[in-house]
Amino acid sequence: MISVLRDFDWRRWRLVLTGGTIIGLILICAIFAPWIAPYSPYDLDVVAMLQSPSGAHLLGTDELGRDLLSRTIHAARISMEVAFIAASVGLIFGTLIGVAAAYFGGLVDMVLMRFMELLFSFPAILLAVVLMASLGTSILNAMIAIGIVFIPGFSRLARAATEVVLREQYVEAARAIGMGHGRIVFVEILPNILAPLLVEAAVAFSYAILLESALSFLGLGAQPPEPSWGNMLNTGRGFMGQAPWLSIVPGAAIFFSVLGFNLIGDGLRDVLDPYMKE
Amino acid sequence: MTESRQHALQDRIPTLRIRDLSIEFARRRGDALKVVDRVSIDIWPREIVGIIGESGSGKTLTSLATLRMLPKRAVIAKGTMHLGETSLHDRSEREMRALRGDRIALIPQDAMQSLNPTMRIGRQVGEPLELHSGYSVSSALEAAGKLLGSVHIREPEKRVLEYPHQYSGGMQQRAMIAMGLALNPQLIIADEPTTALDVTVQAQVLKLLREIRDQKGASILFITHDLGVVAELCDWVYVMRNGEIVEDGAVRQIFTAPRAEYTRMLLDATPSIHTTPAVAR
Repeated sequence: MISVLRDFDWRRWRLVLTGGTIIGLILICAIFAPWIAPYSPYDLDVVAMLQSPSGAHLLGTDELGRDLLSRTIHAARISMEVAFIAASVGLIFGTLIGVAAAYFGGLVDMVLMRFMELLFSFPAILLAVVLMASLGTSILNAMIAIGIVFIPGFSRLARAATEVVLREQYVEAARAIGMGHGRIVFVEILPNILAPLLVEAAVAFSYAILLESALSFLGLGAQPPEPSWGNMLNTGRGFMGQAPWLSIVPGAAIFFSVLGFNLIGDGLRDVLDPYMKE
Repeated sequence: MTESRQHALQDRIPTLRIRDLSIEFARRRGDALKVVDRVSIDIWPREIVGIIGESGSGKTLTSLATLRMLPKRAVIAKGTMHLGETSLHDRSEREMRALRGDRIALIPQDAMQSLNPTMRIGRQVGEPLELHSGYSVSSALEAAGKLLGSVHIREPEKRVLEYPHQYSGGMQQRAMIAMGLALNPQLIIADEPTTALDVTVQAQVLKLLREIRDQKGASILFITHDLGVVAELCDWVYVMRNGEIVEDGAVRQIFTAPRAEYTRMLLDATPSIHTTPAVAR
């Protein structure tokens, strides 16, 4: 056990570890929110509204007297949930479409990739807003909408990586021992295109948090009184002069979670790419 | 007919019989480019047959055709192929899949490139057993250990758990051979299996192939451009050029009394410190 620790290449993994620590802390907040948060995120206290940070309320209170720290901690739940589900939707469906396009080629490739380009041509926010408008506003729909936004990116990446792997001789060798299509995809192709997709997934996580915040800010994501960093930011906007902490705190939360995921993404790319030198 | 082809006189069935095989590449304008032209090849049981020829002579395409693994735009325009009594030219893809790895095995040129870098060697070597004989993952892994042992890899029980990059070039090629042997195929197609290896390792691989023929009774189709290897290993030789077979004969006859002008050219082109090319060192 000790020798494992000693042999571990800390320098190689330092970006992943830094990002992982930040995200780990946020994840702990998200999972154990009810136990960590000092107050309920919904309890109104009209007497104590718009208080600046103090011993009783470490990060102050909002315009309805709710504890800001508790609300920020609870909001981490939504952000992490959205990030996880949206990135998974993008990863799974994008990979499926990309691999299918590359593997079957011809008309299948044509139709799938043109459709992906159609989705790609919309600005991400606009596409998400349009999807939300047609799906209805709820946090579940926000996850689906953000996931759909990610599909074209993942599918292009998966398609390009699959094209490379398909030219490899080990795929031909697999056919030569009588392997069928399904098994070739799962055993030969997927494990060999995983690295770039994982890096992209980490980036998608951070982007999902930004998109969810943007949607909630616009009133399309989490619905008040449910706390989300986006709608907290929107509320804080009105009290910028009297209570700047109302905007700063959720803003900082968004900043650190995005930073954390980007560090993981960058770090993973370095670790997984054998050709990249520092 | 020379001594190695005695069975042809008796009424027996060859392991592989290719008759008048023509392969064409479809071109844009609708006409076709003929790359293999009326090739006929017989491989008898327990025989090692070599196909020699320069790059582009159609030797690899001929071997891929027997596996029905031609590139997308290449088609079999004419001809028949039989593995024992089973016809190959009219099988569906599904039926071919059942034959590949089970009754015909391919040992490819570059073993490193032919092993999946993300999969343990043992899983890959045992894969044909999982695919064709319904072995479970763990029993296939155990069998893979035995197979690796049979191609002289030391500590095979430990080595099955390693990844391709942990193997040397010679070991990778032996692992590919072990994979090919998994189901005791009637026919092993070896497509320049020693080209990427240095001479000492090459000798070990050739010895291994001969051992397989002697012990398991498989027929081997050996594709190469290396005349030295042919002289050392093969019983019967086909010489290919521009998609056609220019000459065939017992290995001794090809080297001592070549009939075709091209064969003579090939022999003369072999570097040697003697004035005449070395025969079967």
